Amino acid sequence: MPDIKTEEMLLNMGPQHPSTHGVFRVVIRTDGEMVLESESHIGYLHRCFEKVAENNTYIQVVPYTDRMDYLCAMANNLGYAQTVEKLMKLEVPERAQYIRVIVTELNRIASHLLAFGTYGMDIGAITPFLYAFRDREMILKIFEKLCGQRLNYSYVRVGGVTFDITEEILADIQRFCDYFEPDTIKEYNELLSYNGIFISRTAKVGVLPADLALSYGVTGPSLRGSGVKRDLRKDEPYSIYDRFEFDIPVGTGEMGALGDCWDRYMVRVLEMTESVKIIRQALADIPAGDFCDKKAFRGVKPPKGEVYHKIEGARGEVGFYIVSDGTTKPYRVKARGPSFCNISVLDALTSRGDCMVADMVAIIGSLDIVMGEVDR
Amino acid sequence: MTWSPILLDVIRAVLIFAAVMTLVPFLVLAERRISAWIQNRVGPNRVGPMGTLQPLADVIKLVFKEEIVPARADRVLYSLGPLLSFAPAAIAFAAIPVGRGLQVVDMSVGVLFVITATSLAVYGISFGGWASNNKFSLLGGLRSSAQIISYEIAMGLALISVIMTTGSVSLSQISEGQTSFLCWNIFRQPIAFVIFFTAAFAENNRLPFDLPECESELVGGYHTEYSGMKFGMYFLAEYVAMIVMSAMVVTLFLGAWSPGFALPEGLLGTVISVGVFSFKLFAVLFFYIWVRWTLPRFRYDQLMHLGWKSLVPLAMANIVVTGIVVTIWDAVQ
Repeated sequence: MPDIKTEEMLLNMGPQHPSTHGVFRVVIRTDGEMVLESESHIGYLHRCFEKVAENNTYIQVVPYTDRMDYLCAMANNLGYAQTVEKLMKLEVPERAQYIRVIVTELNRIASHLLAFGTYGMDIGAITPFLYAFRDREMILKIFEKLCGQRLNYSYVRVGGVTFDITEEILADIQRFCDYFEPDTIKEYNELLSYNGIFISRTAKVGVLPADLALSYGVTGPSLRGSGVKRDLRKDEPYSIYDRFEFDIPVGTGEMGALGDCWDRYMVRVLEMTESVKIIRQALADIPAGDFCDKKAFRGVKPPKGEVYHKIEGARGEVGFYIVSDGTTKPYRVKARGPSFCNISVLDALTSRGDCMVADMVAIIGSLDIVMGEVDR
Repeated sequence: MTWSPILLDVIRAVLIFAAVMTLVPFLVLAERRISAWIQNRVGPNRVGPMGTLQPLADVIKLVFKEEIVPARADRVLYSLGPLLSFAPAAIAFAAIPVGRGLQVVDMSVGVLFVITATSLAVYGISFGGWASNNKFSLLGGLRSSAQIISYEIAMGLALISVIMTTGSVSLSQISEGQTSFLCWNIFRQPIAFVIFFTAAFAENNRLPFDLPECESELVGGYHTEYSGMKFGMYFLAEYVAMIVMSAMVVTLFLGAWSPGFALPEGLLGTVISVGVFSFKLFAVLFFYIWVRWTLPRFRYDQLMHLGWKSLVPLAMANIVVTGIVVTIWDAVQ
């Protein structure tokens, strides 16, 4: 009897694929259902952010930062604005600081909600997605009222924020917080987090050890899922984060292995609660006063020099490095997108030979990438 | 007159086939409306009153879609796939009694016939997956064949214990045996019911076992490349198979057409029995839909583990226990 030969198959996932969260392509070498090796290809959404930034004034760059991590645009705006402010040594009015914290945390919730929903969808549960969108919609409505935009806000600018926050919007935010926590999050946990099938699909899958995560520069919830307690809001407080009380949820290995997909997922769910905590405190303390530095709004001309500043976005550390030659346009802007560093660990996670085709989807989803930020 | 029994058969066949085929569009609509209800959405409500004409619009759209055959696909098998998937499911319904004395053919081996017919559907899916010349489809087709074969074993073993209790493989006799409420097989064979129902989900490729299509990783699984009415046939087959399996669950375990007490003789009783059967059928179908929009999906190896390591041993143990109980019962009587 001749030997039965088996062949390995190259499977091309993406760039158009329902579960790669954007135009992301992975070529995987499979043996039946097992993934032997994977190779990521990025660059399908490259828009030359850094080069474009050199040809625009400091204020004109803000809308480009929106389009990096378009699910958490407020954090990008904030990161960029604070970098320029650091360069100019500009003090932002107190009220603007509070508004910035509120909108960034709201946007973090919106972003995590989308991560939660699409992750459920990756695993095959369609309903959590719609639940998450129902609640995300409330946040987007608030933002729409606030600045007229639902996704690319350009709301946080150098010197403050574009519009003042009204009492009505503050009441809306309060109402959202009361609705959202703890009842809605509890509903999510009942629907998805502690569902038996969901746990069996995500626990012990795509285990990311802390040292591997750190060596690849993974940040944000994906790093905290591995049990590393690193969050810039606590470690290197920027803006006014040192005034608020909140915890940093980390992965516990509750479902079998520290740093598995479930841990990364759960960190996001828990972080939503913490964000609500911060928003509640900020709502209680928000002072009256100016919401922007009018002078900075008219034009920005930082002195010669260079500066790097990083903040905690929804996906990890958003950093900007700006070199100024003393003109109204930046000489060089370099952005550090957390998704880019987080996605780099994917091949290491999926090429260990213990990953199935279905796990591939679970791992990509648990890293929660936004392609707009990977390619910039 | 000699031709009248044949004519009657034809009328019955056409009636029941037409009823099932009419049911499908409304099942699709029901699925969409119920899923919308579960997910806080509105669902289709524009076409016709309350969206009732939506399925019609969908079918018209499907018919007029361009049919694309991928390059280097096996043209014969590619076209045969949807047909092979649909026909067995439609045939299987012939043996199921939809009311007292109302079935197309009263076969003495009705149970075996239905199981055989439904298991043929796997050919349609694997052919379709293989012939498309698409790696995702191929994986879907492979998964499907492995899944359906594994779960059929569990399903067959669960059926054996039911047959042992009822002492018959004829579906009409099994139905007759469940006229009183306490004789329903769900009470006599609860474990077999759970195994059979679980396997039925897998057999129909419904969530949580919809691995052959598996939208998130395999794009569309075996029907990724299909379009137009060929896709429509797969779609139709899935829903007809779902109706057949639900009808089997109702017939085998939920007392078939019996409301739980004796029915009046004559036409009235038959009409009531059809009503009762339909009600139960819809209840099971609702459960199908409810599960689909609630649960996530298993992974391939977990599916196999569940089938081979849990359901099959459980079904075997159930057979042993049933055998002992039946023997003792017979000895006592």
